[in-house]
Amino acid sequence: MTATAPRRAGAAIYEGTRIPSPTPTVLVTSPELAATGDILTVNFGPNHPSTHGVLRLVVDLYGEDVTGLAAVIGYLHTGFEKNMEYKTWWKAIPYAPRMDYVSFQNNEYVFVGAVEKLLDIDIPPKAVWMRTLLLELNRIHSHLVWIGTSALELGAISMFWYAFREREQILDLFELVAGYRMHTRYFQVGGLAEDVPRGFYPETRKFCDWMPKAIDDYETLLTRNQIWLERTEGIGLLSRDDAIALGQSGPVLRASGVDWDLRRAEPYLAYHQVDFRVPVFPTGDVYARYLVHMAEMRESVRIVEQCLDRLEHMEGEPWIADDRKVVLPPRHELHTSMESLIHHFKIVTEGFRVPEGEVYFPIESPRGELGCYVCSDGGPRPWRVKFRAPSFVALEATATCMQDALIADMIAIVGSLDTVMGEVDR
Amino acid sequence: MSDFDGVPGVVEVVERHGESTIVVEPAALRDAARHLRDEQGFNFLSDITAVDYLAWGEAGVSGYIGTPAGHDINEPMTQGYQAVPLAKRQRFAVNYHLLSISDRPRRVRLQTWLADGQSVQSVIPVWPTADWHEREAFDLMGITFAEHPNLRRILLDDDWEGHPLRKDYPIGGEPVRFSGEE
Repeated sequence: MTATAPRRAGAAIYEGTRIPSPTPTVLVTSPELAATGDILTVNFGPNHPSTHGVLRLVVDLYGEDVTGLAAVIGYLHTGFEKNMEYKTWWKAIPYAPRMDYVSFQNNEYVFVGAVEKLLDIDIPPKAVWMRTLLLELNRIHSHLVWIGTSALELGAISMFWYAFREREQILDLFELVAGYRMHTRYFQVGGLAEDVPRGFYPETRKFCDWMPKAIDDYETLLTRNQIWLERTEGIGLLSRDDAIALGQSGPVLRASGVDWDLRRAEPYLAYHQVDFRVPVFPTGDVYARYLVHMAEMRESVRIVEQCLDRLEHMEGEPWIADDRKVVLPPRHELHTSMESLIHHFKIVTEGFRVPEGEVYFPIESPRGELGCYVCSDGGPRPWRVKFRAPSFVALEATATCMQDALIADMIAIVGSLDTVMGEVDR
Repeated sequence: MSDFDGVPGVVEVVERHGESTIVVEPAALRDAARHLRDEQGFNFLSDITAVDYLAWGEAGVSGYIGTPAGHDINEPMTQGYQAVPLAKRQRFAVNYHLLSISDRPRRVRLQTWLADGQSVQSVIPVWPTADWHEREAFDLMGITFAEHPNLRRILLDDDWEGHPLRKDYPIGGEPVRFSGEE
């Protein structure tokens, strides 16, 4: 096995393609090595603390070198998509955030957004800005969990405590808004389930003041840390063309030098009205993925601040669309209005109808392109729901990234792809 | 009159809900895929979604109940039936959601229709990322992809029976084996 040569920024990450053939996701040990009889096949996972859940990797080892690899998934398959076909549209919403339980808000939005695209319903500005704010808070939350666990796996235990300290602050904000720390079910088709509670804006401001300092702390601990550099630099290489061919998205794609972000390329919500930078790094290794995550957290804080600037002037504005065929009527009307009572009863028992058709609605989740395909027959329940899970696709790149890797690098590489098994297996 | 008239095997191009759908013949799928990647710049395969349209439009579309004839005033609880959706070409649709990562981002849905048991060519040579997407469609929906090098179950156990996302898959729970039975 050859050692990886040090690389400079701007140079090609590697020549040609490294995607295994004919099966792009399986790395096969070369027959010459297999003939030596010194190949040890190891089952890594599914119950290993650094596999981010229940990922199983069947690894061929020649000494410490990884010579063959196949990822085995499905241990967390729970049939979310099938279940959603048997729920009314609005009862299906809580399923979505439970798939990727780390970026729950993004998952919730992608389903709600897809349904709204079919319904062609207008969302009031307050809901648009509040959703943008929560999605970005959730992005910081997801990146914090990533940096905490990935660093922990490489031995930087203190990072875990620091990252989870700020994560608690974000979860407290979610609890303030929705009464739930995770899986908030705060997004309703048409807007938000409730108005923004008093005290949320000042608390979020406090967090925005604090967070950049916390990121400075993380960077002090890691960015120039010699051990961190040696564990992550030049590891898990993925070139620009291979990343696109393998369908990689999000931080993995941007760490391979592709300047691509759906928030900018196909803006949804209020992203065309906020100012943010898309961090791109050219080296395509684990370290570049780390840098992308760090830079994205800083940008997310900026977006949250811009959302707050708008939201603070929207006191008293509606937070959900005024469409009684889709949206539950205000609670107080149920005591005085027969119409409202009927609408409430019909929506809760029968569900609202969504026009016939099929849509694919993609957003930039913390892990990359999260898409939701929704098909309706015109009735109150989805005909078919399918999620394009970025983690699922990220795991397809393991065989390519793991070429010439050592077994110890495997932890760093799998960690850097930032997968959540709940979303992989659905 | 669209950009996609030159796609090999094109049957029709549908514009709905702000999205373009190119329907192609199953036999021409890989040629169409290659054409879209090389000539039209769709270098990124986002997703492959298989849909089962068995009994599409037969159950009544509004509420949990309804009659095909629509609202019947003499039959309680049939209110709200609106319209029967148009019949589909075949039982299964396979949708390929394509994206062009470029200065001019575009999306398109490549769609092909299959009868039960009919297979379609794998698009791994065009987009390697199709590997697991096709395995998932095979596992959960029973679509077979010809020339796929590793078409095995991916999410379910290797010895699982049936394809759960099909509409005729029984969902009455798992049979329980009692210790006395043999």
